[in-house]
Amino acid sequence: MALQLFKRTKKLEIKVDEILDTVSESAMVFEQAIECYMSEGVSDRFQHRLDQVVDLEARGDDLGLEVELEMYHETLIPDVRGDVLSLLESLDSIINSFKGVLFYFSTETPDIPENLRSEYRELAKLSAASVETLILATRAFFRDVKSVNDHLHKVHYYEKDADLLVTKLRREIFQTDLPLANKIHLRFFAERIVWISDMAEAVADKLTIYAIKRTI
Amino acid sequence: MDLSVLVFLSAGLFLGWSLGANDAANVFGTAVGTRMVRFGLAATVCSIFVILGAVFSGAGAAHTLGRLGAVDTLAGAGMAAFSAALTVYWMIKLGLSVSTSQAIVGAIVGWNLFSDKPTDLEALLKIVATWVICPLAAAFFAVILFLVVGKLVDLARLHIFRLDAYTRLGLILAGALGSYSLGANNIANVMGVFVGSNPFTGFSFGDHVGFSAIQQLFLLGAIAIAVGVFTYSKRVMMTIGTRLFPLSPLAAWVAVVAHSIVLILFASEGLERILASNGLPTIPLVPVSSSQAVVGAVIGIGLWKGAHGIQWRVLGSIAIGWVTTPIAAGVVCFISLFFLQNVFNQEVFEEHRYSINTLVVEKLEDLGADSPGVRALVGRRFKNWTTLRETLQSTPGYDPSTEAVIHEVAKVEPVTITLGKLYRLDRSYYTPEQIAALWSLAGDHFFHRWRFEDTLAHDALAWRDPPDTPENQPAIRRLQEQREAAFRLFKDRLQD
Repeated sequence: MALQLFKRTKKLEIKVDEILDTVSESAMVFEQAIECYMSEGVSDRFQHRLDQVVDLEARGDDLGLEVELEMYHETLIPDVRGDVLSLLESLDSIINSFKGVLFYFSTETPDIPENLRSEYRELAKLSAASVETLILATRAFFRDVKSVNDHLHKVHYYEKDADLLVTKLRREIFQTDLPLANKIHLRFFAERIVWISDMAEAVADKLTIYAIKRTI
Repeated sequence: MDLSVLVFLSAGLFLGWSLGANDAANVFGTAVGTRMVRFGLAATVCSIFVILGAVFSGAGAAHTLGRLGAVDTLAGAGMAAFSAALTVYWMIKLGLSVSTSQAIVGAIVGWNLFSDKPTDLEALLKIVATWVICPLAAAFFAVILFLVVGKLVDLARLHIFRLDAYTRLGLILAGALGSYSLGANNIANVMGVFVGSNPFTGFSFGDHVGFSAIQQLFLLGAIAIAVGVFTYSKRVMMTIGTRLFPLSPLAAWVAVVAHSIVLILFASEGLERILASNGLPTIPLVPVSSSQAVVGAVIGIGLWKGAHGIQWRVLGSIAIGWVTTPIAAGVVCFISLFFLQNVFNQEVFEEHRYSINTLVVEKLEDLGADSPGVRALVGRRFKNWTTLRETLQSTPGYDPSTEAVIHEVAKVEPVTITLGKLYRLDRSYYTPEQIAALWSLAGDHFFHRWRFEDTLAHDALAWRDPPDTPENQPAIRRLQEQREAAFRLFKDRLQD
């Protein structure tokens, strides 16, 4: 019985690690996809990155469901089960946002002026960095709860940077001679990208509470 | 089997049932309350290990007949068991974690009061003192263990699921061991008094595997405990595990282990031997309540965490239960004994006669309890203790502080060493020298119990107490148990 329990535990550990891997990988692919779009528009490479994120999102969904079912079925970690499930769901919605933003790029193909592209790239980089750091904090939550905060403060740092950058970008967009419809369109994309770092920050806030709950 | 035996046996089974319903919560309450172990699994593991403990380690306790052994008739013992069980059942119905041992002590005191037998106040005070010391000690150990385990978990950096698996396994193991000792230590309280009127006969498979009559009797008692676990323990488990203070799974494990440490400290002869053999001071062995230990441990953790989550109202009602339980059990026992004796004409205690002769006076001199008042009564017999006490009190020069000693020395308890009983001696329980000493007394008759014991001690080294040193305490206790068992076997009028 004990052997079976540890086998099951090991499998679950691997699955949770895989979920975190999919989120982290999505962040990297998202950053690459934005880079592609900025340099090539909706090219085959961009489409390939988008497909990768779609696959990662599907894989994350499947794994999340498996972990959720197993945790309920085996009544595992009863004291923090709710927190862990809510955390995994939040991470899943971050992948959804990556996918959503890339779909917007793919379907609406915004015409981004050359001089603003580097800022869009930087914005995507900051959002991806905040998510990757959030994943480091989440890994720590599962293994070494005391070091969660070491990572979380970086998430806040990236989010703040992204906020500053998006404000600057908005100003620059509305200072251009583009028609208002284009300006609003460009602003929409900037806000969609920065929204991912906002989501990462919101999950980081939750994680702070969960970590405190685990240590007391 | 006599119908009355069956009736009183059912009282023992009722006590077994309530013991299972209440005490299973002490070993599995925190595990089930924190939802780390499902109730079905906890009840199954608890039942299996209670039965194993009772059948394989409980038989040794049969010779001492447990604490209820002091009650000297089957009807009295049955009613004491019934009163204790009824009190425990009533408390469980109120959703409280109650101490079964407290209920039993209360019932015995009730029997003592009814039968006008002097209660050993020193022993009673010692037991009452443990009702305070035991929860405090458990709280202390829980906090220490909580800190140590917390530090180790931090260092080990286990994955949350791995930690969960270890904690789960730890809770099941601690619960299984706790259940084993629950069965081994308490079965004598449940079934011990029925050993003399055991309806079962032993049998064996081959030369080595046997199933004695006592083991079968204890199996029956253990099954009653198991039924109690399955049918009624969940509510008390939830009180311990959630209502008192919301525990984390790790804290749940700490509470169970701290409770076990306290029980081992106050009840382990092995530990006493190790401490004594290393020249360290020993801890006095006293019966402690596992319910109080586990509640103390949970509260200890709660206080350490800042006391915010402690449900003081629940704790208050548990504490009131601790005060009420022994009193209620005593009162219920006293009233029930009155009805049993006067309405159902049952003999609820043995009416001893008392005799003062020169040998008794010499023995009292040896024990420093003689007085001119006692010497003046040489040659007189008394039909009961009340008469002797009244006579003593009206005699000039009588010292009332010697009452308990006079009661024991003057009590007439005839012992006859018959061949039939010599053949019934349990060869695995006594040493060959002890058995030889008993055989050398074949055909002898003793008027007082102490004469029988003194003769044995005089004739054989194996029946003599070693010097009263800490390292000899286990041997002295073992000899006391053997003397008690031998007396019960050879005394002329068996309790049943």
